Amino acid sequence: MYKVKSTFEKETVEMRKAYTETLMELAETNDKICLLDADLVGSSGVKPFFKAYPERSFDCGIQESNMIGVAAGMSSVGFVPFVHSFGPFASRRVADQIFLSCAYAKLNVKILGSDPGVTAAYNGGTHMPFEDMGILNSIPGMTLIEPTDTVQLRSIIKTIANEYGVHYMRMGRKLACGVFEEGSEFEIGKAAVLREGTDVCLVGSGIMVEVCLKAAEELAKEGISATVLNTFTWKPMDEEALVKYSKQCGAFVTAENHNVVGGLGSIVASALAKNAPAPVEMVGIYDTFGEVGTEAFLRERFDLTPAAVVAAAKRAIARK
Amino acid sequence: MEKNKQLRVFAEEIRVETLHELAHLGFGHVGGAMSIVELLAVLYGGEMKINPADPQWEDRDRLVVSKGHAGPAVYATLALKGYFPKEMLLTLNQGGTNLPSHCDRTKTPGIDMTTGSLGQGMSTAIGVALGNKLKKSDAYTYLILGDGECNEGQVWEGAMFAPHFKLDHLIAFVDYNKQQLDGACDDVMYMGDMVDKWTAFGWNTVKINGHDIDAIVKAIADAKAQSGKPTMIILDTVKGNGCELAENTFPCHHINFKPEQIAPSIEKAEAALEAARKA
Repeated sequence: MYKVKSTFEKETVEMRKAYTETLMELAETNDKICLLDADLVGSSGVKPFFKAYPERSFDCGIQESNMIGVAAGMSSVGFVPFVHSFGPFASRRVADQIFLSCAYAKLNVKILGSDPGVTAAYNGGTHMPFEDMGILNSIPGMTLIEPTDTVQLRSIIKTIANEYGVHYMRMGRKLACGVFEEGSEFEIGKAAVLREGTDVCLVGSGIMVEVCLKAAEELAKEGISATVLNTFTWKPMDEEALVKYSKQCGAFVTAENHNVVGGLGSIVASALAKNAPAPVEMVGIYDTFGEVGTEAFLRERFDLTPAAVVAAAKRAIARK
Repeated sequence: MEKNKQLRVFAEEIRVETLHELAHLGFGHVGGAMSIVELLAVLYGGEMKINPADPQWEDRDRLVVSKGHAGPAVYATLALKGYFPKEMLLTLNQGGTNLPSHCDRTKTPGIDMTTGSLGQGMSTAIGVALGNKLKKSDAYTYLILGDGECNEGQVWEGAMFAPHFKLDHLIAFVDYNKQQLDGACDDVMYMGDMVDKWTAFGWNTVKINGHDIDAIVKAIADAKAQSGKPTMIILDTVKGNGCELAENTFPCHHINFKPEQIAPSIEKAEAALEAARKA
């Protein structure tokens, strides 16, 4: 079970630190957990793991394709490899390796793609994955996750370490906005309800959760009651929750730090069209490439803001 | 004269069964299946620590056939070893079969890794070898690459990786049959001297006649005798070897044929099997 905080502030522990700490905690009792990185050990925060478990830590050099295959092979002899690179190189660059060596072969690999979307900031458009989830969504059997804060992250890592299959997780490395109380636990494929409302349902994950919560506050001031649904699992999507809120709210806004083409908006709209049609407005990247700049600049540049969600909510409600 | 007469018989059995399997279909990757028959006979004829009654035995040696299109030759070998009934070979590529054109670990008893997108078996084999090393297992991992497959960049990522991590229980082979789909390897994508290349990447490298069973046995024994490095055995082979139709077709990566076209080749292969049995 999870509990939502009463106020939402920036956390004091970085996501990458929580990631590493959780893996180290798991590795204490599970000698099959190992870590592979592609020359980003210094960036991904996993040095403490490399130091504590050198025999289970592998810097694979700048060889993302090989790294994914090596992880797949290791899992075939019983290991649980966690693999990391920056988002674009952990997804689009290795799409075929994830497809064939991992998913088609029904192996057990956990892939972390860091710095999703605008959080790639100064690394710019080349490193700014707006397409990672969309590419991988079309691979059968994949589980796609975008955690919101360190509490959710820790719970998810513990789950996927023990859940056989290929999991891809996109995650910012730095400080996230704290949304959940310590000790909250989550179930893969079950969305978390952060706020109950009746006029519109705001759906988001990752950095967009905070944006949705702020938008809901703004909407409340105008007398509009919004549900905020945290779909941290994009695949499998919690269709049951979408049906429930289609009936309860009758309109949706999806908010994603990703291309709306093939992204959260597409996934939610597809599920609703099939099960419980309702108007859907999408806040996200409109089929364009990333750019360089601060994260704050890029959030404005791509309209990933509370104001954009508020406007979209009003449009969605008007379409009921 | 070859010393390992039983392995020669096994090789010819594999060749004949593979041809029957493909003849039933009327098309297939004949060339690259024929060129690894002797290697498969050595590996499954005693070299590999396996148990056909327990294909998932954890401590077994494993084979990754990265040139996954050679699946039919591997299937014939597995059937002859008793992993599944020989009749199953005639289901190759038919809807619902457990014998797809490319190797699939989830479908076929005895297939250790799924392959088909060239280059990927290089990495998965390395992962198996690395995992076994971590487990302090003495199991060997065998890997078969195609020569055309070595066009793939991923092969060379792995070529760097395996010596770096001192994977001396990884024994790899390049089926150097000198043809790929579009023609001669050197014409499609010149790769230079394979021995020099693999040696430069840090592998214990030898080149042998890939149809000489005694040479394969010795090369594997030599590989097992050294430590600290992976071994690459370049198998100098003839694409389509032992199948007259394929040998006389260029390129013979994938060929279509009528029953009467393949029949004389099968007869010759069967005669070679009889001769091996009598030798």
